[in-house]
Amino acid sequence: MRIEILGGGCANCKRLEENARAAVKKAGKEAEFIKVTDFKEISAYGVMRTPALVIDGKLMTQGRIPSVDEIIKML
Amino acid sequence: MGLLEDFGAWVVYSLVGMAHGDPLAEALDFFIYDTLKIFLLLIFITFFVGIIRSYITPERIRDLLANRKYGTGNILAALLGIPTPFCTCSVIPLFIGFIRAGVPLGVTFSFLISSPVINEVAVVLLLGLVGWEITALYIGIGFVIAVVVGYILGLLHLEDQIEEFVLSSNASKTVSASGKEFTLKERMAIAYEESKEIIRQIWLYIIVGIGIGALVHGYAPEDFFLKYAGPDNPFAVPVVVLIGIPLYSNAAGTIPIVQALMAKGMATGTALVLMMSITALSFPQLLILRKVVKTKLLAILVAILALSFIAIGYLFNMIL
Repeated sequence: MRIEILGGGCANCKRLEENARAAVKKAGKEAEFIKVTDFKEISAYGVMRTPALVIDGKLMTQGRIPSVDEIIKML
Repeated sequence: MGLLEDFGAWVVYSLVGMAHGDPLAEALDFFIYDTLKIFLLLIFITFFVGIIRSYITPERIRDLLANRKYGTGNILAALLGIPTPFCTCSVIPLFIGFIRAGVPLGVTFSFLISSPVINEVAVVLLLGLVGWEITALYIGIGFVIAVVVGYILGLLHLEDQIEEFVLSSNASKTVSASGKEFTLKERMAIAYEESKEIIRQIWLYIIVGIGIGALVHGYAPEDFFLKYAGPDNPFAVPVVVLIGIPLYSNAAGTIPIVQALMAKGMATGTALVLMMSITALSFPQLLILRKVVKTKLLAILVAILALSFIAIGYLFNMIL
């Protein structure tokens, strides 16, 4: 599984990453984490609000921080 | 809110046993009462706005605004900015997404101004601290400024001021959204999480803001600001605008302090534009915007905003 965290590196992005890591661990799965912090690159995803969560190429959430349990359901 | 008022007084005068008339007791009383009131209001309102927000995604806003004419486009953008906050770090992707989809530059700026100035947190704080009249004025003025400033930017045809990569870079990695519609129950769960998140991010600002406000209430002499920032000082309005624009703070930290300044004699128009100039734009935000637009556009934006705030400040100091 490939999890991408899109965001300029503000506190929200860090919390999203924490939640995503916790979700993967809690679900007993393995995932490769990629942080996309460059604005030009983020815009290439067509995402308009950060932090955004992309799992296996699918945009799951943007502009908010989903809870650990919510992310588990997306995995 | 009588119950909360009684509770604040009970804690200070009965539980702690402070004397009536003691400035520290008055400050503490204000602090307890205001904090409780604001947080109760915040919990309810952020939750309900969160549900509304789950229907208004940025994609929908972008599609609604794409290729709109100036005028109606600016009005629509300023309206949609009200329930849609974005964190400072989202300015860039939002700007790029809007411009690339054909949202006119001035319409984009109407959205970017209205969103941080008018939002549920600002409205809750104003309602709780200064009453509905000032709240209505704040919303009305914020809205008009977002529309007018965006409209003027549009008239100036500054499209050449957009950095090239904004239009040229391709959306090569565009990801498909998981296109499922949420049920109401899911929306409520999302709104609950969001409301928790918003309060987690601003509670400290509010407590510090109300704390400083309470100290001003308790210690600053009555009419302290009447001398410097009352209606008779013609320099007060431009000075607060020039201080407010580069300052970085959100509505949560700003409003409780400005409210206290008002209570001690700052003129209403001056206080309104102080709040707005702090929340609308800041130096850090200008630095971020500089990545997508050139300095000339930013200079024009700051100039138009400052002039509009100053005009509004004078106008309301005169008629109120």
